[in-house]
Amino acid sequence: MIRYCSLSIQRSVRTFMTSSTQSQVAKLCIVGGGPAAFYTAQHIIKTFPECEIDILERLPVPFGLVRFGVAPDHPEVKNVINTFTKTAKSPQVRFAGNVNFGIDLSLQELKEAYHAVILTYGAEEDKTFGIPGENLKNIISAREFVGWYNGLPRDKDLNVDLSDENVVILGQGNVAVDAARMLLSPLDELRKTDITEHALATLADSKVKTVYLVGRRGPMQVAFTIKELREMINLKDCSSIFEKEHFQGIPELIPNLVRPRKRLTELLVKSALETNPKPSSKTFRPLFLRSPLSFTGDSKVTGVEFDLNTLQGEEFEHQTAISTGVKESIKSGLVLRSIGYRSVCADPGIPFDKQKGRVINTKGRVDHGVYSAGWLSTGPVGVILSTMSNAFETGANVVDDIRQDIINLNEKKPGLRAILSKLDARGVQTVSFDGWEKIDQEETKRGKALGKPREKIVNIGEMLQIAESGKKLTAKG
Amino acid sequence: MAQSALRGLCSRAQSFRLFVVPQRCHSLSRPLFKKEDVEVTFIKASGEAIKTKGKEGDSLLDVVVNNNIDLDGFGACEGTLTCSTCHLIFKQNDFDELPEKPTDEELDMLDLAYELTETSRLGCQINLSKKLNGLEVKVPSTINDARSS
Ligand SMILES: Cc1cc2nc3c(=O)[nH]c(=O)nc-3n(C[C@H](O)[C@H](O)[C@H](O)COP(=O)(O)OP(=O)(O)OC[C@H]3O[C@@H](n4cnc5c(N)ncnc54)[C@H](O)[C@@H]3O)c2cc1C
Ligand code: FES
Repeated sequence: MIRYCSLSIQRSVRTFMTSSTQSQVAKLCIVGGGPAAFYTAQHIIKTFPECEIDILERLPVPFGLVRFGVAPDHPEVKNVINTFTKTAKSPQVRFAGNVNFGIDLSLQELKEAYHAVILTYGAEEDKTFGIPGENLKNIISAREFVGWYNGLPRDKDLNVDLSDENVVILGQGNVAVDAARMLLSPLDELRKTDITEHALATLADSKVKTVYLVGRRGPMQVAFTIKELREMINLKDCSSIFEKEHFQGIPELIPNLVRPRKRLTELLVKSALETNPKPSSKTFRPLFLRSPLSFTGDSKVTGVEFDLNTLQGEEFEHQTAISTGVKESIKSGLVLRSIGYRSVCADPGIPFDKQKGRVINTKGRVDHGVYSAGWLSTGPVGVILSTMSNAFETGANVVDDIRQDIINLNEKKPGLRAILSKLDARGVQTVSFDGWEKIDQEETKRGKALGKPREKIVNIGEMLQIAESGKKLTAKG
Repeated sequence: MAQSALRGLCSRAQSFRLFVVPQRCHSLSRPLFKKEDVEVTFIKASGEAIKTKGKEGDSLLDVVVNNNIDLDGFGACEGTLTCSTCHLIFKQNDFDELPEKPTDEELDMLDLAYELTETSRLGCQINLSKKLNGLEVKVPSTINDARSS
């Protein structure tokens, strides 16, 4: 009786999925399992429920930079995971972790298996300066540093040497500020977060006292947002010291500015000119108008040579930094390079702009049956809100194209069945969402023992082993 | 600060209701029996008006969640003041009537919202009072793509 019942429910889900106006089910594949993937899926299942969406993610675990980027002391931001989990559990959606697009499967194979492929695999590499000394030890990209404290498997063995008092961070965006905050926060604050134990142990022995946050241009061009600045200014046992001379003429500009630049500049000016530094054992020092020329040191970095700049141009948005010819060096035993992420071309079939480091697309349309969303599509800028909005737009365009028969649902597509048999033949163990939840439970358990919300597992082999106890992914849904 | 953390907890508990057992989350500041219904209308970018109601003391995010109002992406951080997806636009006089002025932290998050106006607030920070009965708020279009509805 009970069996009959559940069968009939299954059947009715199927009927619902195949019998409305469009008689065919749209078989869609999303590559990458970060916010862009889940928001695109969320939008499509809402506006075109007659679909099957498979999310293929390289790592055994979902959520992309929400797990591996967002700072451990910002747990609230990660609440989006609850919505993503709901999406992942919709009858139309299946998650397949541990699938490396471009290696395990090609774009051509995905195009053959699905009506449309939506690329959302993010921006996973970083930009470099290409200046002398950049290969010295302890010059690390902020991306790796973030991956290290957040438990990204590929960065688990990063060697971070915190034995020097001074750290230079090159770049003035939110990622740079996140890195600075991790280096300057009282350890007891970090202990309560899901920061990895290996990072915590290294930070416990840290000798770092001063973190310089260095930008090419001036206070009017900083890229961090006001929330991140306010957090630095309010940080316990840390004072923020600015170079007053670089604020000349800026208070006069404020009345004519618009939000958000207006409020950000007000806070900068207030902190730079009006407040006296509080007594503290650590210092946060934003520096302006400096471009790195070279790094010094024998095997390990000991300092950075800068060119001092001046600004050229009228409107501050378009002012460029030009060299004054004056040089300056700053001693530093650790340098973090935080000048942006960039995407890679994961498959030769993708129209890709190497210069900009992103997929060539118009509002998420890449090629016939190929779409993109998120940082891969827009470049690595903005917050989850902007990624969400971009993903909704791509989702809406996919649905438009289905409705207008640009994506032809009459074409028979095998979907996940074909993909799983290929992966099977290639010896790739896939991780289902249920498998991820097993990993999640284990991480939470380990965290609890340490008084933390979670202790991330950083070893892929171990993740796969734990995931094995979860339900296997099957093409039946 | 403590209050906003508490609020965060409350709305988190409430959104769990979607998955788990129904469970009421009370505002601690008011006795139970006094709570009255407050009518609220959300106007989507498409022009569609959704009339609904909440209880005194509920935040506008609570109202959206408790009534299952379909606003894409609304309340992503679950009321913890870290996302600005709960951005709402008020009429000038309603805006002026709101009992609590925005904190710096709310303004910081609002700065990241799309279509920011002079009468914008974050829905998770606005608590209903009887005075707000009949409130009408606009939901900006970027969150709720006009073309999709
Ligand atoms: C350090 C840092 C901190 C941040 N903090 C905040 C914050 O506090 N608040 C906020 O709102 N925003 C924050 N952001 C921004 C936010 O993380 C991004 O807006 C968002 O994650 C972009 O989503 P995405 O899906 O495009 O990319 P990602 O999140 O990068 O997701 C891409 C996914 O694709 C997978 N992938 C990569 N290559 C392949 C492949 N070949 N095959 C299959 N899968 C692949 C990756 O593993 C990843 O899971 C932060 C970003 C960074 C870098
Ligand atoms: S729900 Fe995130 S700021 Fe209101």
